[in-house]
Amino acid sequence: MSDPMRIRAQAAGDKVTVRVLMSHEMETGQRKDAAGKVIPAWFIQEVTATHNGKTVLTADWGPSIAKNPFLQFVVKGGKAGDKVAVTWTDNKGGKRTDEATVT
Amino acid sequence: MQTRREMLARSATVAGLLAGAGFLPLSAMAAWPQAAFDSKNMADAVKALGGGAPVESKDVSVSGPDMAENGAVVPVGCATTLPGVKRLLLLVEKNPSVLAAVFNVTDAVEANLNTRVKMGQSSNVFAVAMMNDGKVFFAAKEIKVTLGGCGG
Repeated sequence: MSDPMRIRAQAAGDKVTVRVLMSHEMETGQRKDAAGKVIPAWFIQEVTATHNGKTVLTADWGPSIAKNPFLQFVVKGGKAGDKVAVTWTDNKGGKRTDEATVT
Repeated sequence: MQTRREMLARSATVAGLLAGAGFLPLSAMAAWPQAAFDSKNMADAVKALGGGAPVESKDVSVSGPDMAENGAVVPVGCATTLPGVKRLLLLVEKNPSVLAAVFNVTDAVEANLNTRVKMGQSSNVFAVAMMNDGKVFFAAKEIKVTLGGCGG
């Protein structure tokens, strides 16, 4: 089980700045453990962001993204009270969705 | 001699083939673009995503520190002021996997995204903007890393 994401969405004018902090190992598949065995890759592959249920951004990520990924984007035409949800899927099929209300 | 009816039938077949070919990239897009993430340089990655040759542009920008102390967490951003952006790509030239992220942007979000990447060593970071009309623009920035973040 993965920890919840921290999502902060703040409205300024008609724009909403969304900051997402996901909790994920983002293992590249290049590192070796103490026994010299390669640690298998485990990273977020797909990220989807929705604004009031409408998909506004999708992303495909590679293992170059840092551990506990951070993502910031700006939604146009948003206001306080709107719902912003973010979903990620990793290469092992893990999935998590979290939602936040714009303030 | 070709009759009009034959002509029509043939053009219908061709149209069907074209539509089929047009739909292929759509279905391929649903899956994670493995080929693009396997590619070793920017041109290959862009090609794997169906773009043309990238051209350097001032309207695309990469943000990030000049010097990163810790290569495991390097804050970078990509942005463009050009209208009609379909995708924004972030690439780290000297990483084992060059392509870091592909952002499929819609009209509802600004073409200005920030994230954090890992960097194995000092390298160029590229932001690539793929436009709706098939044009591809990029910008580069060198980020020096004092401690790499890809090894173990």
